[in-house]
Amino acid sequence: MKSIKNHLSLVIALLSILFSVQTFIIIERSIDSYKENLATSYSVVVVSNKRLDNKIIIDSNKIVSEISALTPDNVIERLNTGMTKKNMELLKLTLPKFYKIKLTHYPTPKEIESLTENLLKNKSITKVENFSHNHDTTYKLLLLFKTVISVFAVSMFVVTILLIFKELRIWQFKHNERMSIMGLFGAPTWLRSAVLFRLSIVDALIASALAFGLFSYISSSTWVLQQFDYIGIKIMIFDPLYDFLLLLGVSVFLSIMLASMIVLGHKEEV
Amino acid sequence: MDKVIIADNLSLAYSNNETIINKVNFSINSGSFIFITGASGSGKSTLLKSMYGALKPKEGSLVVGGVELRGVSGGKLNFLRKHIGIVFQDYKLVKEWTIEKNIMLPLIINGYEKTVTQNQVDSLLKHVRLKHQAGKYPLELSGGEQQRVAMARALSHNPILILADEPTGNLDDYSSQLIWNLLEGANSQLKTTVIVVTHHIPESMNVDYKHYHIEYGSIHEVN
Repeated sequence: MKSIKNHLSLVIALLSILFSVQTFIIIERSIDSYKENLATSYSVVVVSNKRLDNKIIIDSNKIVSEISALTPDNVIERLNTGMTKKNMELLKLTLPKFYKIKLTHYPTPKEIESLTENLLKNKSITKVENFSHNHDTTYKLLLLFKTVISVFAVSMFVVTILLIFKELRIWQFKHNERMSIMGLFGAPTWLRSAVLFRLSIVDALIASALAFGLFSYISSSTWVLQQFDYIGIKIMIFDPLYDFLLLLGVSVFLSIMLASMIVLGHKEEV
Repeated sequence: MDKVIIADNLSLAYSNNETIINKVNFSINSGSFIFITGASGSGKSTLLKSMYGALKPKEGSLVVGGVELRGVSGGKLNFLRKHIGIVFQDYKLVKEWTIEKNIMLPLIINGYEKTVTQNQVDSLLKHVRLKHQAGKYPLELSGGEQQRVAMARALSHNPILILADEPTGNLDDYSSQLIWNLLEGANSQLKTTVIVVTHHIPESMNVDYKHYHIEYGSIHEVN
């Protein structure tokens, strides 16, 4: 029972760190996926006097992925109040050309501003509608969401690190006596600290295994998947290989660091 | 005769720099039985600590088992300690280990094989009359029993030197007698050098011994 309690304190601290790390990863993935969704639905409309050369526009603006002409047929149809076909053709020619520009990714407000300026340098372009007001609001909301989650994850990380340091003091007190006694009988440092490293690595493995179980469950939960589906986000909540290896690495690194600090801080009793 | 300990102009002090032992000279022959006495605070335990390298000489030199302890490296000190058995006044047993594992400690450090280790521990447990307590933890034993475990641990790896700091202080007669018998046995049968710091030398000792007394930072032999 005592032994379980000893393990539990570090395992819980490590588990909460792993939880905050994985939460941060999920949020990052969600935001990236959401940005992709926004990028596909977002476009800039350009009005030009002359026909534009798509290649020139794409080459001079790296952010532009696709440019397509908007047909004025709908507008002309609405204006058609008994005009002859010839007049209609004439009107078509005199009307400005409309283009829809698709972007490679969801742009920052600065990127939009720069794109608008760049496009307006073209003498034949008379207007660029970038819907910046709508775009800015969405983008700022996205950033706010990311910042709030990041602050939450970082504060959780900091609190847990403080918890681990408290645990470190307890471990130092607990293991110092044994390490001193072993030292008095000539045990080299590696042998004195072997128990400590073994304990911390075991705790790291337990914490990683629990995190694996927890996130595997979450990622297969239909309720969670439904929530992501509602907001149109399709991401891998937990990659059983890549994410697990990352969490295992974080947890082993932290626990070895903890054990090393105890070994380095150990002073022989006089 | 080989000298197991040679002190030359040895001075010892703690971090507050107050000199406890002041420029003493003495040597101890291999296989001898030594008692060191002195009033409380005279520096007898300090001298013993310096012999296992827990306190480095402030001045002069102290050679134990051929190892100069002034400025000794960690590796050399570990090597020396592997060949010393220490009995502490406060036992210094690992509380979370069983009696058996505590006795095994020097054998594990010295890299003995598992079967040899187990046989040696079984034999020592019989000698200290604690065979039936092997699986217990130190805090489940009385003070006398804990000191017998500490004694068995000090003897387990057949050291060249045993350093005992008031090994029978506050012990009952039975435990005290058992400990003296073990120390005498190690000295007479295994030719182990034994150095005991104590307030009282037992009246009936079955081995020849030398008696040193510490007073005002100096050490002298008592005839």
